[in-house]
This record gives sequence, C-alpha cells and structure tokens, in this order.
Amino acid sequence: MAGQTDPGTAATPIVDVVDERLSRQSWYQRLMRRPDSGALAGAILVLLFFVFTAGDTGMFASDGILSWMTVTAQLMIIGVGAALLMIGGEFDLSVGSMIGFTGMMIAIPTIYFHVPVGLSVILAFVVAMAIGALNGYIIVRTRLPSFIVTLASLYILRGLTIALSIIFTNRTIVSGLKEYSDNSFVASLFSAKLFPGFFQWLADNGIINKLPNGAPAVAGIPMLIVWAFVIAVIGHIVLTRTRIGNWIFASGGDADAARNVGVPVSAVKISLFMVTAFCATVFAACQVFEFGSAAADRGLLKEFEAIIAAVIGGCLLTGGYGSVIGACLGALIFGVVQQGILFTGAPSDWFQVFLGAMLLIAVLFNSSIRRRVTGER
Amino acid sequence: MKSALLRGVLMAAAMVAAVATTTSSALADNERFVFVSHAPDSDSWWNVIKNALKNAEHDEGVKVEYRNPPTGDIADMARIIQQATASNPNGIVTTIADFDVLQSAIQGAVAKGIPVITVNSGTAEQSKELGALMHIGQPEYDAGKGAGERAKKAGVTHFLCVNHYITNPASVQRCQGYADGLGVKLGDQMVDSGIDPTGIYNKVKAFLASHPDTDGIITLGPNSADPTIKYLRDTGSRSKFKSVISFDLDGDISKAIKDGTMDAAIDQQPYLQGYLPIVFLTQYVRYGVMPANNVNTGPGFVTKDNIALVEKLAGEYR
Repeated sequence: MAGQTDPGTAATPIVDVVDERLSRQSWYQRLMRRPDSGALAGAILVLLFFVFTAGDTGMFASDGILSWMTVTAQLMIIGVGAALLMIGGEFDLSVGSMIGFTGMMIAIPTIYFHVPVGLSVILAFVVAMAIGALNGYIIVRTRLPSFIVTLASLYILRGLTIALSIIFTNRTIVSGLKEYSDNSFVASLFSAKLFPGFFQWLADNGIINKLPNGAPAVAGIPMLIVWAFVIAVIGHIVLTRTRIGNWIFASGGDADAARNVGVPVSAVKISLFMVTAFCATVFAACQVFEFGSAAADRGLLKEFEAIIAAVIGGCLLTGGYGSVIGACLGALIFGVVQQGILFTGAPSDWFQVFLGAMLLIAVLFNSSIRRRVTGER
Repeated sequence: MKSALLRGVLMAAAMVAAVATTTSSALADNERFVFVSHAPDSDSWWNVIKNALKNAEHDEGVKVEYRNPPTGDIADMARIIQQATASNPNGIVTTIADFDVLQSAIQGAVAKGIPVITVNSGTAEQSKELGALMHIGQPEYDAGKGAGERAKKAGVTHFLCVNHYITNPASVQRCQGYADGLGVKLGDQMVDSGIDPTGIYNKVKAFLASHPDTDGIITLGPNSADPTIKYLRDTGSRSKFKSVISFDLDGDISKAIKDGTMDAAIDQQPYLQGYLPIVFLTQYVRYGVMPANNVNTGPGFVTKDNIALVEKLAGEYR
C-alpha cells in the first residue's frame, strides 16, 4: 500500500536531521574540551592569515605545501619528544646538538671506515639513546634541574661533534654519503619518496602543478613526513590510551605524590630522555640521507624550536599538562609561519621579528581560547 | 576581560597582516628575484652584498628578496631554496656553499624553469653541473695567479705562502696559482700555519729563518695576514721582501697597506656578486639576453693608490 511506504520515506529524512544535529553537538563539545583546542584555533588562524596575505604566491601550490610541510614534519619529530618530556616535567636542551652528533655518527663510520649504512644507523640510535639515558640518570640521581644538566650536554655534544670529526676526518663537513646509501634499504627508510606514480597521475590530471618537463612538482611524499606522523600517532596513543601515559602525567604533575602511589618516576623520566634522543636521531637520519652529508653545525637552536612547538601546542612549562596533538599543531603553526613569511616577501632583516611576533600572537590566542573553554582564570 | 584579550590578539594579527601585505604588494607588478646566501645573521661581510642588492633593486626597478638561514645551517638553506622555488620568482641567485646539500634544491629550481645564477662559493664547473646560467665569483686559482704575476713584476724569486685553512682545497689552489703566476714550483713554499695567531707568527719566523732567500710573501686572509704583519713590524724586515700580498681585507691589512708594510690586498669585490646577478637576470627575463661566460669579480687589487676610497666605503660597498 502506498500509504505505508510514504511515511517511511518521509520519516527517514527527519530521523537523519535529528541524528546529524545530535552528533554535531557532541562532536563540537568533545573537541572544545580538549587541551589542544587552542592550538587548533591558532593553526586555523595562521593558515587563514597566509591564505589572505600569501594566497597567490604559490604557497598553496603542491610544492609550496611540501615546503612548509617539510619544515613542519621536521619540527613535529622533535616536538613530540619535547612535548612528552615536558608533560613529564623535564626539559631537554641537548636536542639540537644531538642532531649534529648523530648525523656525524651515521656519516663518519660509513664513509671513512666502510661500516654498512644500516649498522651505522643502528649504532647512532644506540649511542644517542645511551646518552639520553645518561642525561636522565644524572638528573634523577642528582635532583639537579634538567635545564642545567641538558644545557651542559648541549655544549659537550656540540664540542664532541667538532672535536671527533676533526680527529677522524680532519674536516667539519663530511660529504659523499650518497654513493654508500643509494642502494641501501635502511637509507631509503629515511629518504625515500612514496607514491611517485600517484603524484604523476595527479600532475597528469592537472590536480597539482607540473614542471616544464612533465614531471610533477612534487615527486612523492618524503619519508620524513611519514616518520613525523608515525611518531605523532604512537606518542598520542601512548600518552592518552596507556598506563604509561598516566605515569607521564603523574610524574610531571607531582613527582613525589606519584612515587607514593607506586609510579616508577625515575624510570619514566629516564625513558623520556631516551625518547627525545631517539627523535633527534630520526631527525638527523632523515637529514643526512636526504642531503648526503653531515656537518658539525647541523641542528643549531633546534631544541628551542622543539620547545616552542610544544608550548604553542598547550604544554605547560611546569609539566603535567599538554598533548602530543597540540605539539604537532604547534609544529604546524611554526612551520607555516616560518615558510609563510618568506612567501609574503617580507624583508629578511625583519624575518625574526615577524616570526617572534606571530608566535607570540599564536600562543596568546590559543591560551585565551583554552581559558574560555576550560573556564580557567 | 578575556574577550578584550582576544580582541587585542586579533587586532595585533590584523596589524602584522597589514604590514606584511604592504611590503609585498608595493612592487607587485615588477620582476621578483630571490637571493639566497649561506651566511648566518651574524656575518657582517654580507652587508656589502645586501647594499648591492638594494642598489640593483632601485636601478633595475625590480624586487629582490635576500634570504639566509639565521644560524648558517646549510640544510636550512636548502629548505629556503625549495621555498623560493615554490614561490615562482622570476629568478634565483644562490651560493653553492655545499654542493651535496644544495644539489637537489638548486636542480629543482632549474627543473621548474626558473633561471638560476650562482655566486660567491662554488666553482664554475659545479654551477654548470647544477644547470645554472652562470657563476659570478672569484676563481681561487686565477686570483692566486694574479697575485703571482704582480710579485713576478716586483722581481720575486722565492716565496712563502701562509695557508691557515689547508684542509680546504680552495686554499691550496690559491698558493698553486701564485706559484704558477711567478713561474716557479710550489714545492715546500706553502706552510700549514693553523689559525692560532702565536702559532702562525712562529711558523712564519721559522720558515724565514731556514729559507733566507725568500723575497715574497702571500697570506690567504686576515687570519694569516695579521700575525705576519706583526712579524714584519717586530723585526723591521719589510725591506727584505719585494712583494707582500694578502687575500681579503680587514683593519690591520688596510693599515699595513697605508704604511707600506703590505703592497696589496686581493679583493673579490662582493659588491659585484650582489649587483651583477640581478642586472643579468633582469635583462634575461625582459629581453632573453645572457652573457655566455662566467664573471670573475676578483681578483681586484687594493693598493696605496685606491685604499682611501676603499676605506671610506668599507663594510658598505667594498
């Protein structure tokens, strides 16, 4: 009967509308209760800002997007480590020096002692994480602030990088890694470009811009970006879905109270220093295999960029509060601002002034949003 | 209260936006070039090049953006070149600070059809390999040879080359060029002096004591020149030498040129490394013309005759 089907067809849209409204509301509320909502608002703000000021400069063409995504991904890798450590209540200022040091650890054995590339990489990871563990051990045992201890390792590692590379190679820029890493699986883990066929297809169909010779402007997704997302996802899951995540929050919130309820605070902190060292080594490996060389001055000031990303992302300097997703958004804000300023054509003398001002605006903006949402004073 | 803060933040953002857009849209109709250097913010030598770029901007009616990695990190420089490429400028000028690191970024710009000129660091061969239109800089061997030819005119037969950065192949080319300009073998006349001033002073002293027939000195830069000047003044032995020349300029070297302790300094004329690429690129974009050879901005020689002008413009245009 027609009468029976009619209400059915008429009823479904009504049910749908009701469902949609309900789910949207709860989605919105869920979003606004997150600690990283401010960072998300900040990221949207800076992206909008550059859409208006640099929309027609190629910043949002495929190779323009790749340019700021690359910087973002680099910063995400070390920013996630810095955020986890900061939530755990500590700092690591040796990240930048660690990048230079591990880069040399990969390049020198491979080029000068003909150690297989894979082995050099594993060696670099092992040594870096041992140094991270040592940092953590000293901090846990002496109760000295990590700011001071890692400041010392910043100088020691940078100095070691220069001194050891002079001893072994008599130079501070070690190049020529390409011939050793060209056919190496381990090297391609850090420097390959994924889905070249897909990007060629995108270019052929006019979805992304092309080079004059018909190749796509972007050859593929660099492994650097893949590493950034893998590290971010693992970091996020560990922090929000596991017992270890709770231990990290507890250690950073109040270490003594955490110890009293049986949280292995020392082990957590030492592990977190190993995590930042691990992240620095991933950063260095991606850089060394992309460029085929290591240099003693690589990674200068990157530790501050990592901390900036975490702070923009809503981590508190006092520990116990923050999120990995926030740090990723902080890295995105920093990457977009840093490269975006170049796209607007602002004079380079003022570059750092703009960068600082934009970062300050982003932090103020997202902390004001966060206060509004969480009702803090 | 809270909403006042938010309003303030948004106002500040709007102000920054206004400043950024006015700087970028002021010259929107003209050609836009990006000049990428490898120098950290703290390196004052590049100020001359920045001023040259300002002059070229004004003379040619184009827009030039100077870019550099703030900490001098060459990996960051590669990212800047990639960014410059993505912004589709009419041309890119870059140094070849580290061939390996910058290779893919520079080739990426060339592949996108952007005209590229390389300046300062790097060699003509590297520039060609990267697909650049030309290289503008001082070929080290030729600069050394120019100094050697001057020394030959002065009657030098045996020389000392004080090399303070011997691990860099470019430094050996300078000494080799000098020897060839003079028409003698380099042999043991190049000394690895290191960079410690006291060490340099004593190595120069020891060499001259064991090679008494030395009558010409070439130093490779302020690092090796300053202690050598001190030695010549301390011992009063300047009259023994027919020619004393140094690469590059600093306060001590210009003083020494004025009082006759040194004959000349080899100037690579950085001003031209900033001004010329912009001129060439502008004409190339407008009319498709481009010289077929590379440009050697050095060696230019600073002597007693022109030191007054150089000193007046030092750090600004010289």
